[in-house]
Amino acid sequence: MAKTKCIAMLLAGGQGSRLYALTSKIAKPAVTFGAKYRIIDFTLSNCVNSGIHTVGVLTQYQPLILNEYIGSGEPWDLDRSNSGVHMLPPYQAKNGADWYSGTANAIYQNMNFISKYDPENVLILSGDHIYRIDYSKMLDYHISKNADITISVIQVSLEEAPRFGILSADADGRVTAFEEKPKKPKSDTASMGIYIFKTWELFEQLIANEKDAASGKDFGKNIIPTMLREKRAVYAYPFSGYWKDVGTVTSLWEANMDLLGTSPAFDMERHDEKIYTRDQMLPPQYVARDATVNNSLITSGCEIYGKVINSVLSEGVIVHEGAVVRDSVIMKNAVIGAGTVINFGVIDENVQIGRNVKIGDEKSNRQNIALVGRDYILKDGSVVPSGAVVEL
Amino acid sequence: MKALGIVFSCLHERNVPELTAHRSLASVPFGGRYRLIDFVLSSMVNSGIDKVGIITKQNYQSLMDHVGSGRFYNLARKNGGLIILPPYGGGDSGVLFSNRLEALLGILSFIRRSSEEYVVMSDCDNVCNINYEDVVNFHNENRADITLVYREKLLKKYDKGNDVLTIDSGRVTRFTDTNNEDGARNVYGNMTVMKRVFLLSLLEAASANGYRSFSRDILARQTERLRIYAYRFKGYYASIDSLANYYKHTLQMLDKPNRDSLFAKGSPIYTKVRDSAPTRYIAGASAANSFIADGCVIEGEVSNSVLFRGVHVARGAVIRDSILMQDTVISQGVKISAVITDKNVVIRDGRTLAGCEGLPYYIPKNTVL
Repeated sequence: MAKTKCIAMLLAGGQGSRLYALTSKIAKPAVTFGAKYRIIDFTLSNCVNSGIHTVGVLTQYQPLILNEYIGSGEPWDLDRSNSGVHMLPPYQAKNGADWYSGTANAIYQNMNFISKYDPENVLILSGDHIYRIDYSKMLDYHISKNADITISVIQVSLEEAPRFGILSADADGRVTAFEEKPKKPKSDTASMGIYIFKTWELFEQLIANEKDAASGKDFGKNIIPTMLREKRAVYAYPFSGYWKDVGTVTSLWEANMDLLGTSPAFDMERHDEKIYTRDQMLPPQYVARDATVNNSLITSGCEIYGKVINSVLSEGVIVHEGAVVRDSVIMKNAVIGAGTVINFGVIDENVQIGRNVKIGDEKSNRQNIALVGRDYILKDGSVVPSGAVVEL
Repeated sequence: MKALGIVFSCLHERNVPELTAHRSLASVPFGGRYRLIDFVLSSMVNSGIDKVGIITKQNYQSLMDHVGSGRFYNLARKNGGLIILPPYGGGDSGVLFSNRLEALLGILSFIRRSSEEYVVMSDCDNVCNINYEDVVNFHNENRADITLVYREKLLKKYDKGNDVLTIDSGRVTRFTDTNNEDGARNVYGNMTVMKRVFLLSLLEAASANGYRSFSRDILARQTERLRIYAYRFKGYYASIDSLANYYKHTLQMLDKPNRDSLFAKGSPIYTKVRDSAPTRYIAGASAANSFIADGCVIEGEVSNSVLFRGVHVARGAVIRDSILMQDTVISQGVKISAVITDKNVVIRDGRTLAGCEGLPYYIPKNTVL
């Protein structure tokens, strides 16, 4: 696949308000996931593994950590001349400055970036999905159908369907109907928010959409329905692997748990298609003499003196003697004091937890996760009930 | 401080023939995710050295593969950075260098062309995290010609292979490789600091006078003429001078003070990134007092051991007091203790293998048992 055929535009500006405290200070794609990764690693790695070497990352909300994290793009092999990863924040032009007012508007404001590379097709991605896909196969499909837009789709359950854009397609894969977040879904085929456009078709749609004052400037709500109305060639590309939208605390927790077990629902270790991340250069993990680790995912820099069960621990986490971490996700550099018990908790980066703290409850569940926000300090003996959110 | 780093990647290889059969000493794996050279390069980089020449001799493919362009050490630079110095010889020079002085004479033009004021030289069989800026400052305060880094080491009578220093208020008055008493000695750590122009003058003298050995002909014989000073390094230091010591020092990583010194906060040890997934412990697995790198899958029982990246320990396997290098596969029901497996070793179902502390059982690279 020649790189001029396709470049990627990654929408990473969303606030992710349903992740509550986790995204108070950082953008959703920068949230820690799977012990040593950040959510955006998966999409960036997919791009590189698919041979797409030009990626524009559109940032807006709390971009600082994301900017620093992506840096030159070296960890993803995206530090390249004439291609590579580029951060695209909103900017000021002669006629004024505008924030990105929707997914389509964000791409509209960066049409000059796309033009610079003059690709035949543009891949539009979200920075908040956990999955592994070969976009080059989707591109081949898009080209073989001579589609104006190809939407990647996945089967979901009917209960989940109202959260997604739901579509129907004919036997050839051509989309016949599309409805964004329908109350009564007519099918179980959901859009994954991944689109490949013919570049000129994309530009035409964006310019027309921008002129329409009534439009919400959104791909799902405005552009796709318009293209269907105009009888454009809209195709659905069926995807059947693991895919998870980690837009809520529960789904983020579930996706972390999907990494556990003998044959995990999502296996991150594949030699041909690795997930790349910025390595923190920490020493291996140390598991102490009286520690217990069971059904868990643990990475470099951790020190385990207590019990860790059914949990995911990020870099530099310390679990002191007598502490119990069960059914929980602990993010970078959190310290769990002696005697502290955590059940169904999500603990964000740099949280300092004192001794004999109680977070969550053994009888809690995935719908009632106790959430402790970034840099928070919990004093000895404090209690965070299940389902509660505490943050600075 | 502007200093040029010079790393000897291949001296003392004969001390650990097992581990250096297919690689240079510099690329011997250590500490779960590192190679010996990582400690030397990281110390230099963290001390502000941004030009490092690595002297190589043979079997250095694995070393080149590991250090690459130097980008993982922040040494991929337009000016300076990491420079591999393969052996140099004309058509008629059949033999490659056989000692430190010859190796340095072989890179004379590299040293001449450099512009740094100081030279920091280090071997690769010393594992430590040292700040060379402190050594250079010590060197200047004492107006020394040569500064040697040493550490205190307990020696037994007639222990061989240690350069023992007698020190009088910082200055080395005697340098000898013999030891006649039990007890704590000041032992040279194979790290040296001097001014670059001084090294050049030493090398000229060496070549004019036919010196053969840096330690015997210069350090040992010229303690009166030269101002040789000794800087004491107090942190964790390991010398990989035998397989038994390799085993001993690797398992020392299980002690927190050693880890805290070697992996000190603020001066990280850099290494080639392999992008392994985090380590996955399966239900029923057990791990105790172990140092475990990323990319492992642990279903069995692991205790008092060091596991490198990508090791798989199957259900029912029991690993004790062992070192398992990269991508070792331990199948169901295998029981091992005091074993060192090199890279890509596979131990099949149900076998029992054991070495002992002074004589660990070593299994070479790519062996399938």
